[in-house]
Amino acid sequence: MSEATSTTAASSAARQSSVFKLTFRLPIIIWQSLFFIGPLCFMVAMSFFIVRNYRMQEDFVMKNWLKMLGRDYFWDSYVLTWGLAGIGTVVTMLVAFPAAYTLAFKASEAVRRWAIFMLIIPFFTSYLVRIFSWYVILAESGVINAGLSYLGLGPFVMLNTKFGTVVGYMTLTLPLVIILQTFALANIDRSLVEAAFNLGCRPFRTIYRVILPMARTGLIIAAVFCFILSFGDFVSPYYLGGSKPPTLPILIVDTVKSGQQWPRAAVVAVVMMVTLFVVAFAGIMAAYRRRVG
Amino acid sequence: MSDNRPLRWFLYGYLALVFTFIFAPILFSVIFSFNSDRFPTIPLGSFTLKWYQTVWNDPDVWEAARTSLTVSLSTATIATLLGFATAYTDYRYSFRLKPVYLGLVLLPPTIPLIIMALAMLAWFAKLGISGQVMSIIIAHSVLTAPFAMAIIRLRLSQMDPSLESAAWNLGASQWSALRRVIVPFCLPAIISSFCLTAAVSFDEFAISWFVSGLNKTIPVIILEIVTGNIDPQVNAIGSFVFLVSMTLVIIAQVVLMTRRKKEV
Repeated sequence: MSEATSTTAASSAARQSSVFKLTFRLPIIIWQSLFFIGPLCFMVAMSFFIVRNYRMQEDFVMKNWLKMLGRDYFWDSYVLTWGLAGIGTVVTMLVAFPAAYTLAFKASEAVRRWAIFMLIIPFFTSYLVRIFSWYVILAESGVINAGLSYLGLGPFVMLNTKFGTVVGYMTLTLPLVIILQTFALANIDRSLVEAAFNLGCRPFRTIYRVILPMARTGLIIAAVFCFILSFGDFVSPYYLGGSKPPTLPILIVDTVKSGQQWPRAAVVAVVMMVTLFVVAFAGIMAAYRRRVG
Repeated sequence: MSDNRPLRWFLYGYLALVFTFIFAPILFSVIFSFNSDRFPTIPLGSFTLKWYQTVWNDPDVWEAARTSLTVSLSTATIATLLGFATAYTDYRYSFRLKPVYLGLVLLPPTIPLIIMALAMLAWFAKLGISGQVMSIIIAHSVLTAPFAMAIIRLRLSQMDPSLESAAWNLGASQWSALRRVIVPFCLPAIISSFCLTAAVSFDEFAISWFVSGLNKTIPVIILEIVTGNIDPQVNAIGSFVFLVSMTLVIIAQVVLMTRRKKEV
């Protein structure tokens, strides 16, 4: 009798415990399946739908794919988006590196903490308004050109150029890249860097032969994030880059906002996702690859 | 490291330049919002509050502000609850498909917003819930839950794991141990994740623009004004937006930092 009671008690405790467990585990699974995996899968399916009489119908045809991938302007956009995001990533990584180097190796603990505190702020503030601000600053009669005219220089055309787009990308990515690079550099073993110096290694050689290889994983992750953010951004190429020719994200916006052609926009989005997946995968492979030799 | 004075000053100068680049757009937006010229440049025009007055008297802006507030507070609540539950699961349990589970939770921020926007738009239309305030809230919660999870998870990893078992041994049920030990310990992280997710939601424009229908948020209003022409109203709204999100982010960081100091 008492044994039976204790078994019931134990099983009720076990049941309670599993209720407890599932209360915490299940919500996010349900939520993300319904509203994250669901939409993305539906978007892939949508790229095979068809539009008739301005209405989208569920179907399975290759028409949208053939139509988009058969157009030259699609490939022009693709190459342009790659180029811009690639240039943006290289420039951002190079501009960020000396700053991250200073924060990781030269600055005191307190300065570093303050700098990171400051760098987190812009990441959470309106990107859109900052881009509009750049628009006014970079304009032909804007702040920079007005300033330069006092020196007898300019005016320089900065809007509607690749330069404008890259400035916009950097507004989005630079703070994040500096933070990630600083963490990557701060984690490496200082004594090895000092050893290199003590053995007479020149600074640039030390950076190239000692610091970069040791910080590789973190640096590659920073670059991958930078590339993903730039590749998917439509605001900078639109407002600062002039959007002619459009990048892939602009193509999505135009296709959705100007008509019913959601399936064609879905084709562009799927191509973007596959591209980014390949880039991220290649980056991770490169980041965690064993050093050879 | 070799102590090289000029090099050190050069690097600090460079750092200052980079920070100038990062904060220039925020600073100029605020300055221009008080400037009388329609197209601001230097030398500056005279001081004016007229852009703020225009914005203040615009009923559309008020409507959008209400929508934005509803969206960001609801998003922050949902995302923080989801984030807490997930962080606690990751902290306490190990199970077979955990990498998949964590991937499912942490992946959304790596998908470009424009793609999420298109996917959400189509999915909500399919479910028949598009164009509502609720659709923006749902989409933003998916986007921000990972941030909440990461912040609370970091806090949990600073906790002594024996504290919770001690509470159980003293006879506390799982629920009351959670309520009396875990939640109080995580409180700074919970507050901070609430503020950060609210800030992200308050500034997000791509998804809002696609799924909001007629319920425009502040960033959507800004996007529409900017698409039209150059209008310094944007600087006035923008300064307000900066003020809100910067306040939220700074509160979030200060709450996390001061608690940590006290415990050391």
